[in-house]
Amino acid sequence: MSDKKLKITINGKKALCGKDETILDAAKKAGVRIPTLCYDERLEPYGGCRLCIVKVKDVHKPQPACTTRVKDGMEVFTETEEVRRLRKNILTLLLSNHPNDCMTCEATGNCGLQSLAYEYKVDGKRFAGETWDLPIRDDNPFIVFEPNKCILCGRCVRICNDVVMAGTIELTGRGFDSLPDTAFGKPRSLENCEFCGQCVSTCPTGALLDKKGMGKGRPYELTKVKTTCSYCGTGCNFFLNVRDGKVVKVTSDYDAPVNQGNLCIKGRYGYDFIHSSERITAPIIKKDGKYVEATWDEALDLIAKRFAEILAKHGPSSLGAFSSARCTNEENYLLSKLVRTVFKSNNVDCCARV
Amino acid sequence: MAAKKKTETEPKTGTKRKAASGKSSASVAATKPKAGDKTAGDLIIKVCVGTGGLAAGSQDVINEFTRELQARGIKAEIAKKCVNKTGCRGFCAKDVIVEILHKGSTEVYQLISPDKVSRIVEEHIINDEPVIEWLAGKEYHAFHDRQTKILLKQCGQIDPEDIDAYIGVGGYEGLKKALSQSQFEVIEEVKASGLRGRGGAGFPTGLKWEFCNMSGEDTKYIICNADEGDPGAFMDRALIEGNPHSVLEGMIIGGYAVGTREGFIYIRAEYPLAIQRLEIAIKQARGKGLLGKNILNSGFDFDLHIKQGAGAFVCGEASALMRSIEGKRGMPRAKLWRSAVKGLWDKPTVLNNVETFANVPLIIMNGAEWYRGFGTEKSTGTKVFALTGKIRNSGLIEVPMGMTLGEMIMDIGGGMTGRNKLKAVQTGGPSGGCIPAKHLDLPVDFDSLASVGSMMGSGSMVVVDDTTCMVDLAKFFISFTQHESCGKCVPCRIGTKRMLEILTRITEGKGREGDIDLLIEIGTDVKTTSLCGLGQSAPNPILSTIRFFREEFEAHMDGHCPAGACKALRQYVVNVEACKMCGKCARVCPSGAITWQPKTKAGISKSKCVKCGACYEACPFNAIL
Repeated sequence: MSDKKLKITINGKKALCGKDETILDAAKKAGVRIPTLCYDERLEPYGGCRLCIVKVKDVHKPQPACTTRVKDGMEVFTETEEVRRLRKNILTLLLSNHPNDCMTCEATGNCGLQSLAYEYKVDGKRFAGETWDLPIRDDNPFIVFEPNKCILCGRCVRICNDVVMAGTIELTGRGFDSLPDTAFGKPRSLENCEFCGQCVSTCPTGALLDKKGMGKGRPYELTKVKTTCSYCGTGCNFFLNVRDGKVVKVTSDYDAPVNQGNLCIKGRYGYDFIHSSERITAPIIKKDGKYVEATWDEALDLIAKRFAEILAKHGPSSLGAFSSARCTNEENYLLSKLVRTVFKSNNVDCCARV
Repeated sequence: MAAKKKTETEPKTGTKRKAASGKSSASVAATKPKAGDKTAGDLIIKVCVGTGGLAAGSQDVINEFTRELQARGIKAEIAKKCVNKTGCRGFCAKDVIVEILHKGSTEVYQLISPDKVSRIVEEHIINDEPVIEWLAGKEYHAFHDRQTKILLKQCGQIDPEDIDAYIGVGGYEGLKKALSQSQFEVIEEVKASGLRGRGGAGFPTGLKWEFCNMSGEDTKYIICNADEGDPGAFMDRALIEGNPHSVLEGMIIGGYAVGTREGFIYIRAEYPLAIQRLEIAIKQARGKGLLGKNILNSGFDFDLHIKQGAGAFVCGEASALMRSIEGKRGMPRAKLWRSAVKGLWDKPTVLNNVETFANVPLIIMNGAEWYRGFGTEKSTGTKVFALTGKIRNSGLIEVPMGMTLGEMIMDIGGGMTGRNKLKAVQTGGPSGGCIPAKHLDLPVDFDSLASVGSMMGSGSMVVVDDTTCMVDLAKFFISFTQHESCGKCVPCRIGTKRMLEILTRITEGKGREGDIDLLIEIGTDVKTTSLCGLGQSAPNPILSTIRFFREEFEAHMDGHCPAGACKALRQYVVNVEACKMCGKCARVCPSGAITWQPKTKAGISKSKCVKCGACYEACPFNAIL
């Protein structure tokens, strides 16, 4: 039953899809782009921005693609004059309460609203009216919130509540004055926030920003280097954003099989050590009471020699190893092999064994 | 406080009523008990203690009656027995209403205050001569006689805090009958009755129940939406306050039909009396085995919880209401699934309005055919409306669907207050639209209202006369919806704000060219693209007023408010012929705009005038226009 495919057409092209899929899912698979702002693959469909509206044949009103499930025989049109006009007006409404200061905005080049305004050739002037004039919240070391740029897509709130389960922010207020905020508008602190930066990663505009990376370069000036986090054994992937040989920020890799773009505070903000002057970059051996830099060969030879001596003198049970949770399963396996087969000892453990 | 005091006497009253309920049920409902009826000779004083009555001071009236009867040596126990708490009978404009059943006849008094009690006791109760000038007159009877009361029949008649009073008039018989039938039969009966949801959208109730019944899940929920939030609407409150058991009975029957064991009543916290009465009713129903395990030995388990809303209008929207019950922020959920499939906590859920549930026991008891006898073919049954605004008899009325607007406003409502002319009727609250006076012959049913761009809504009717500015009225409703928008979707959050801004500048005489068309464009788009019913209907008041009163909008663009209601556009001038040179206007003017000397006619300086209207109010000769 469940794998029975439904036949639909999108802009006249045939597509096959599963029965619980939405029009947006189907369009993505078929390679048809539908504009969205409140959609994030990691989150439940929300239906807030209304930009993904499409024309469905024999349905009198345009339907939001993200929250409409496909039906067999459905004929979807994503670019009719009417839906393009409606999208334009929705964008105009959004821009009518937006600072439109792209020249200085940190998100320029990486902003969903900016791209769509460009695509649909709109500004907010036609529906001009009251605009927010709220102070920037710069009250913690990691996350800057510029409410005036917020488009209320609810992605930060949902990722905080549904993925991280931290409950730091929620939409507050009603009507035009609704805003994602912490309880009682308190500053973010370790009391109420994990500083995972997930909200920043999902924000489609420049409303939520990584403080550490601010002013360090436009997206096109940064080289993205994919890497695996070194903090724990989970193996999250992310991109180091590098400029002039320096890591200036970390961004999500949504295709990462392990973490799908999600990160914790260490992975996202704990990269200061890379360029720290105190970082140890070579082995150090204590000679005559002083630490002296050495080569790897020298260091490994010394370790092997000392282990062999201890083993010969005191027997296998005098040796053991304790591994770190930052190691991968493979590294832990190799260490246990070393201890059990070379040292012939059972004294092996890992701090992640709880 | 007042209600607490009363409950002390409640059990006694209750048991006595029970003893008499079998025979008194008929006499209580009828206005004139037959001679020789066993209640004849007794003295029963019924005072409206609905919210309207209480606000008008009915508790003081009750206290005064109690005191007066005691003082007069009329036995204290009789006095206690006589003072019955009854629910709302709908005629709030004439509260406090007191009904006295004495020696076999019934008289209804209106506008009673504590200081009138002594004379009523003296003349009516002691000397058998009713105080004619305080009796409810023609209006009261016109108000009541044109109505068809099936839902409100017991409101104002039985004690809403006494389950035996409800049982005495045939209450819970519908439940008994339903439990003796299969779920399928109950659903079929409701389907055949043609009952449509009274919350506003008019979805067929039986069909909704059938979808939920067929969902195949074990855990399901049934919810009663008592989050009545439209300005000017108080139908559900009156029903719950006046006859809470009828709503419970409908819910239990619904619960049985869809196969659920648990139900919620979502009621706004602003209705404390209704909540209190529901709590009492639920407790009493549990005590009689009508709620809980194995209801009436049928093997059916069902219980109810009350969830109080925190005052958000949008929580009247089904999916927002469910989120609110789940403990989340009340915001509508995208309709990926019908709530009959995934509703509360993602379980199949049926949600109906208070009035819808109250209809159910009647349908089950009397049959679908009987029910179809009321109303029109596509909108069956009766509908309760709250008449408010510039109408003589404001209050709660119940009429068969399909009655014309004119009959409701002119005949039942008694026409307009004062000499002003009817201009329009706003139906359906902020979601509905304005219907102009020329459509007075429009039958009021789901489809006819929709055909003129309004909607049934929950049944509020605000009557507007020619002193009301339609632009200002539209502004009022859009400011309400803008304020209550949850902020989730763009068109509703920002679109309604922009419409409000445009309307504000029009009412201030600062309208720009093309503003009316801009309003139509934004309004239509907000309707088309909003996520939930709130946004989809928020522009209705604006679009319908532009449709029917466009010339009023245009007049504002020219700097003139035809109704004279928009302060910024008002211009005060002195009619020199009518001016008697008294100088009262000059004395009240706060800005020194009046030029007046003794024995000279007054004049108004346009540049100094702040348009406060003080001179207009002060002039005894209507010389200021």
